[in-house]
Amino acid sequence: MESKIENEMRLEFISKSANEAFARIAVAAFASQLDPTIEELADIKTAVSEAVTNCIIHGYDKKQGIVKIFARLKENEIILEISDKGKGIENIDIAKEPLYTTKPNLERSGMGFTIMESFMDNVDIESVVGLGTKVTMSKVIKSKKENEESDDEFEMITKE
Amino acid sequence: MESKFYEKDKLLVFRIADEIDDFSVQKIRRRADYEIERYMPKKVIFDFNSVTFMDSAGIGLIIGRYKFAKMLGGTVELANLTSSVKKIFEMSGLLRLIPVTNLEVS
Repeated sequence: MESKIENEMRLEFISKSANEAFARIAVAAFASQLDPTIEELADIKTAVSEAVTNCIIHGYDKKQGIVKIFARLKENEIILEISDKGKGIENIDIAKEPLYTTKPNLERSGMGFTIMESFMDNVDIESVVGLGTKVTMSKVIKSKKENEESDDEFEMITKE
Repeated sequence: MESKFYEKDKLLVFRIADEIDDFSVQKIRRRADYEIERYMPKKVIFDFNSVTFMDSAGIGLIIGRYKFAKMLGGTVELANLTSSVKKIFEMSGLLRLIPVTNLEVS
């Protein structure tokens, strides 16, 4: 059975670092429809913050551009696409390595992709040099509802 | 961010009360470096008790201040790490370099 899309939202803003807080709070507010735990919500906010920071600092560097976020809720999963039309990544495998950064002078730690990968279930990066970068990431929310359901299952088993 | 310098122990304490991201970190960094240079502390403690959000910008912030304080003859310690802050610091390996200390919340 094909699962239906339950909700979607799109967000566009200019590449100012002042917008990072706005972006992660907006996505967190949208994600709260899935009834996540505080920890799950913090994970999503952090991953969004990392992806948006990458668009602003690396994608557009000092130039101004548009950062786009497309968020979908599908059953108990949130799927996020965060993209820029900036300079792109030459070698994604190297960019993903922990502690790798092209901007050590800005005290960037090179942990952005590592954090996204450990806080989300799936992270996929598409990039074309000169055209931009799109990060797609998703996370299943193990909601309270699911916990209740597994409790029910447990009850059924014990009854049998 | 509030700061307090304890002359007797040459201890400088920063209580960060912001969200730490690439935007807010610029202000925190400037203020911290200014005060580290001014007081030349033996020890700098960053108190995270009131930090409501932190992304990888926090890693760069602490490593940068660690290097700066060390250059001026001081050390850096961290206090009152929330679970999400701790998770990010652990991931970076920073806690193998910089100790976590006990500091009462006042």
